[in-house]
Amino acid sequence: MTTTGVDDLACKDFVELVTEYLEGTMSASERARVDAHLAGCSFCTTYLDQMRQTIATLGHLPASTVDPKALDALLGAFRAKR
Amino acid sequence: MNSARPGDEEPTFKRALEDRDERAFVELVTRYQSQLLRLALVHCRSYAVAEEVVQETWLGVLRGIERFEGRSSFKTWLFRILVNRARTRSEIEGRSVPFSTLATDEPSVPADRFLGPDHPEWPGHWSVPPQSWGSSPESELLSKETLELVDQAIAALPPAQRETITLRDVEGWSSDEVCNVLGISETNQRVLLHRARAKVRAAIERHFDPDLP
Repeated sequence: MTTTGVDDLACKDFVELVTEYLEGTMSASERARVDAHLAGCSFCTTYLDQMRQTIATLGHLPASTVDPKALDALLGAFRAKR
Repeated sequence: MNSARPGDEEPTFKRALEDRDERAFVELVTRYQSQLLRLALVHCRSYAVAEEVVQETWLGVLRGIERFEGRSSFKTWLFRILVNRARTRSEIEGRSVPFSTLATDEPSVPADRFLGPDHPEWPGHWSVPPQSWGSSPESELLSKETLELVDQAIAALPPAQRETITLRDVEGWSSDEVCNVLGISETNQRVLLHRARAKVRAAIERHFDPDLP
């Protein structure tokens, strides 16, 4: 594989590589190939931004509320085992 | 997202539970209850059933703590108990879906948003490119409406994808932790995460631009 920095990546292929790219699990040469593509493609740069924003949004989902009755029941079971 | 504190108190959990330290038990339950519930919901048809599975998990912890040898972290051990119970439960209820959903190869973005392979100049490049969502992190993305939509998009995922994105991106776990708890390889985990993220991104995009093909 050549790593001359020439963009030989199609956008269609980039969107399937985005997770490997974000996870940092790519080889250095693959990464250079993706970076070269991103440098020249504002659409894929937008796609990458959207993926980062998606991940950030997922981290903001509210936690489910815990029913205090569940804790009481567990404490009951805990004490019973004493 | 829970900030992942290193497990330096973990060895003491075993002793505390064996010593019947009630305060330590309450601390553990409080720390993990909502994460357990969220993961249980992947496999359970209702909130009530998921709560039952979580309760059973804690009772399992109390019964099994003597046998916990600390070869995995306490957290991994706890969540493995939950995943096993939740999966068994969904099998009993006939809701079980084959765990591996790697067979089908769905594209992250529909093929008709790219130029065809025979395009003279730009084969495989965008024909309907994504539009920027803006750069402010406090944008519409965090509105109640968008968060609800993201929640629904996750709920619609196949269970294996849903487990993975829930632990990785909603709870903020490392890929090692997720592989350990779900019993999957790193490659599988990455494929599941990739498919799940692509679908959630697409759902947000469609929300902002309902006219997309």
